[in-house]
Parts: sequence; C-alpha cells; structure tokens
Amino acid sequence: MTASLTIENLSAHYGTTQVLKDLSLSVAAGELVSLLGSSGCGKTTTLRIVAGFLQPTSGKVRLGDRNLTTLPAHARDIGLVFQNYALFPHLTVLDNVAFGLKQRGVAKPDRIKRAMAMLERVGLAPFADRLPVALSGGQKQRVALARALVIEPPLLMFDEPLSNLDAKLRIDMRVEIRQLQRANGTTSLYVTHDQEEAFSISDRVAIMNAGRILQLDTPEVLYRKPANAFVARFVGFENLIRMKVIGRDGATVIAEAAGGTRLHLSQDAFGSIKDDFVLATRADGLVVRRDGEGIPATLGTRTYLGRAYQYKCQAAAGEITANGPLFDPPEAGAQAVLTPVSEQCCILDPED
Amino acid sequence: MPTRVHPLLGAFAALVFLFLLAPLVIIVGASLSDTTYLTFPPQGLSLRWFANIFQIEAFRRTAITSLQVAFLGTALSLLIGVPAAYALNRYRVELPRWLSTLFVLPILVPEIVFGFSLLKSITIGSGLPVFPSLILGHALLVLPYSVRVVGASLASFDFSIEEAAMSLGCPPLRTFLTVVLPNIQAGVIAAFILAFITSINDVSVSVFLTGPGISTLPIQILAHMEQFFDPTIASVSVLLMLVTVGVMAIIEATLGLTFLTK
Repeated sequence: MTASLTIENLSAHYGTTQVLKDLSLSVAAGELVSLLGSSGCGKTTTLRIVAGFLQPTSGKVRLGDRNLTTLPAHARDIGLVFQNYALFPHLTVLDNVAFGLKQRGVAKPDRIKRAMAMLERVGLAPFADRLPVALSGGQKQRVALARALVIEPPLLMFDEPLSNLDAKLRIDMRVEIRQLQRANGTTSLYVTHDQEEAFSISDRVAIMNAGRILQLDTPEVLYRKPANAFVARFVGFENLIRMKVIGRDGATVIAEAAGGTRLHLSQDAFGSIKDDFVLATRADGLVVRRDGEGIPATLGTRTYLGRAYQYKCQAAAGEITANGPLFDPPEAGAQAVLTPVSEQCCILDPED
Repeated sequence: MPTRVHPLLGAFAALVFLFLLAPLVIIVGASLSDTTYLTFPPQGLSLRWFANIFQIEAFRRTAITSLQVAFLGTALSLLIGVPAAYALNRYRVELPRWLSTLFVLPILVPEIVFGFSLLKSITIGSGLPVFPSLILGHALLVLPYSVRVVGASLASFDFSIEEAAMSLGCPPLRTFLTVVLPNIQAGVIAAFILAFITSINDVSVSVFLTGPGISTLPIQILAHMEQFFDPTIASVSVLLMLVTVGVMAIIEATLGLTFLTK
C-alpha cells in the first residue's frame, strides 16, 4: 500500500528565476520527512511538483515503482492536506470525506461506511451532516485529514497544515497527525516553516534554502550537529566564530581567533577540516568566567532567562552571546573570558 | 430601541423615494387613462389599452422575439463568459491585465458606436440572417455582465479546493463541473438575470440589427410611439414592469434577493 518517494535532480523555474536547484530527496516507506525553511526556499514548490500542480524543468518524481513525473495530478493517488483546509464548501462533512472514494467508483453504501469510519477516527462522526462553514478551524483540518486518509494513499503530503490554527491546537493537532500517520504507516512529506513543528513530528527533516536541501537528518542530529553555518544559524546557534588551525598537539588542535585568542579543541570534531573553520555554539555552549582559557570579551547587556543570565559580549571576533552563572553573576561592563563547552560546539567548514 | 433619524434626513430620504417612484406612478396612471392620447393624471379609468396590446399582433410577435433573443443571447454570453471569467481569475498572475479590460469593452464603447460596428461586422460583414445576428449581438452586448459578475464570485473562490479535488482523483473537467460550478452558482444566476434584463431592454444594439419582419419589443414600442401616441405604450411598460417584479419575486422566494447585491 504505502510506498517510498524518490525525487531525483529536480529543477524548477518561475520565469527566469530558478526556484529549485537539482534537488534530490528520498522518503522511505512509512517515513515522515519534513521540508523546513523560510518562505521562498522552494519547499512548497517541491510539494506542488510532487502533487502534479507544477511541472519541473527537469528531474524525476517516483512513488514506489511508478514514475509520476508526467502524470496529471488526478492520476497520482496522493493524499493532500492544505494550509487553508480546502474543504468543499457545498458538500457536507461526510460527502467531503467520501469525495475521493466516489472518484474511485466505490459504491455508495460502502463509501459512506468507510467515510463514517474515518470520521470516527478523527472524532467528528457527530458532525457528518454539517457543512464545513459550521466547523472550527481544528475540526476543518481534521475533516481534511480524514478526506486525505480515507483513500488510503501511498503518499500523504501536508502543506503547512497547522499554520492557521492557534498555538494550543497546533500542538494537539501535530500529535494527532503523527499518531494517524504512524498507525497507517503512510509515507509522508510535510512542509512547514516552523522548526518546532518539523522537529516534533518528523522522522527526518530537510532544511532548505534557496532551492536546495542543506541538510537532511533526524531532528536530534540537526539540533546538535548542524552540517553548515546556515543550518547552525537556523537551529539557533547564536555564535559563529571564524578561527584558524595553527598547530596540533596529539588529539588537541590549537586554534586562533581574531585578536590572537588561542583555544585548545579536541581533534574529534574536526573531521576533514584542516585550516580555516567556524566555531559554532549556542549561548549555552559558552561559559562566562572571570578568568581561565577562553575568548576574552567585555560583557555587555545582561538579561535574566530564569535558568541563566545571558550576556551580549564584545570580543575581538565580534559580538558574542553567552550565558553566565546564576550565582554571583558578573556585572555588565566587566572583563571576562568565554570558554567553549566542547560537547556543545560544532566545527564547520567556512565555505558552506 | 428604534434609531432616531434627523427630520431633515428623513425628508431627504422621502424625496429620494419620491424621485425613484414618481415615474412609475405616472406610467401606471397613464396606462389606465380612458383617453386616446398619453396623459397624466388619467382621465377616466379603463383597461382598454391593456386589451389593445394583445390586439396588436406586432407586440406579441416582437415580445416573443425579445424573449428568445434575450434567453439565447444570455445563454451564449454565459457559455463564453463563465470560462473566460474562470481563466481570468485562475491565471490572474500569468495573464496580462488588459485582457480582463477587453471583456468590458462593450460597456465602455458608446452604445450607438457598438451597435453600428455590430451592424458592419455581423450583418453586413458576415451576411448572417437577422435572427442569429440579433442573438450574437446581444451575446456580445451582455458579455461584460457575464464576465464581471461571474468573475466577482470567482474572486472569492478558493482555487485550492480545485487542487484538493484533483488530488482526490477528480479529472479537471469534472472538477470544474462538480466543484467549481456549484460554488459560483449564485454568481452565474445573478449574471444571467442582469444580462437577461439588459438584453430585454436594449434599444441601441437592436436598432441596428433588427431587419425586415424581425424586431424586438423595445424597437416595436418606439415604432408604435412614432405612429400612435396612445396609452398602449404605457400599458406595455406596465406589463414589462410586472414581469420584472415577477422575476424578482421568484428570486426572492427561491434564493433571496441579497445574492444579487452581495
């Protein structure tokens, strides 16, 4: 039933603007992969090409062993959930859900039975005879979900499905979507600009920018080990400090930042990086201390976060955000050193 | 609690209503006059001028022509106008702006010029017989109403439901018929009524396109008035008014008048 999705070397243009650049992606059977990125990164274009609403300039889309690339949208057999629900306003909730079955020639008694069963699953059976206009946003999205699931598609796609819902409902709905998707084992492609949503719902997340996938990994890996500077910034690494390797001492790398600051770092994190690199950390990954090895800085504005104090610091390498101790915190204006916590630092290639 | 209205505003509103209704009152009055000439207030009450309409064969014949032309012309204009309005809205971004202006041209061009150009292009240019040229001319005349009114209901139409239908396995044409059309129904009906009324009332296009033996009711009314200045004209007008009121009453009873204005 469910099938793997393979996107091969997809390119797309709007006029002369290239919006997708040789994008490849595969989603294993039963897996949920999110495309995450800000608006204009190409995530929705990718989804619309897979759905058959847009034609790519080049590249292929496969679902299982079917080549979808030239199939019209109505022949692709993909369940779609839209941001604005896209329910048929002139049909009742039941008829909305039964619509896809009707297109497949399922006899009326059978399709009503199956549509009702699906409405039961999303908890909307009592609303079967209502028109969509009489439903709340969350209910509408549940109907849309039921409508997409009832045709038992080999692939489900979500286009920012929770963006129109309020914060509390968003969290409930994403749990519900995840449960239904898991229970059915349906391969899913999920488009969102909300990092928390993508991370909480997905098996893997593809972070996109300017028509490319910059990193495709599990949420855990993305959060802790971004592969490049863009992804690092995207997942909240406030500090990207340019450094240079100046020597090695066994398993330790000696590196220098602007202003001659030297740090001793573990070779393990360097991989193939030999010379210039970027040291990326979150504010948590730099400890503010009065002395010791670290990046000398002048402490600027101090804000209280509850779990720590956060400082905007001025260092020779530029502005750095770091967290300081709750007990006896240094005052703004004091001189300090910022010591990287090696487990929380990433060594990145400056070219990426 | 009733809203208080300033007396001057009340008086002004009353004047507006008087201004709107007075001509109708005068027509109704004149149609009931027992005189052989048009006059108001009526002198003596009589229904003879109403009876007279039905004795004049030309009125009956042209009324039927008018209805046929209005019905077929409007239907033809919707056949062109609905797909055009759909395309103009669906591909709003891709299509050039002037294209939608093109469809309003028949109202922008002075009617008399439009009528004359139709005479030149349809009747003389293509040598089409009178009846089909009338239908074609009226279809073009009312096309702006079809495109604009249907377009207005498509402007608020959410095209993603069309994509939803296709993703569920519905082919494009069936999607248009079963998903798009039911949702713009009110617009199509409103367009039909507006176009129909415009066509029934039209003089300037018909005057150029009517020919030997075939005329429309408004043209016949004009012809009649040139020969006999009697209250028959007023009676015909009253009948036309009653037909309009009847149509409105049917709409009100079935769909509610509000959809014409929304």
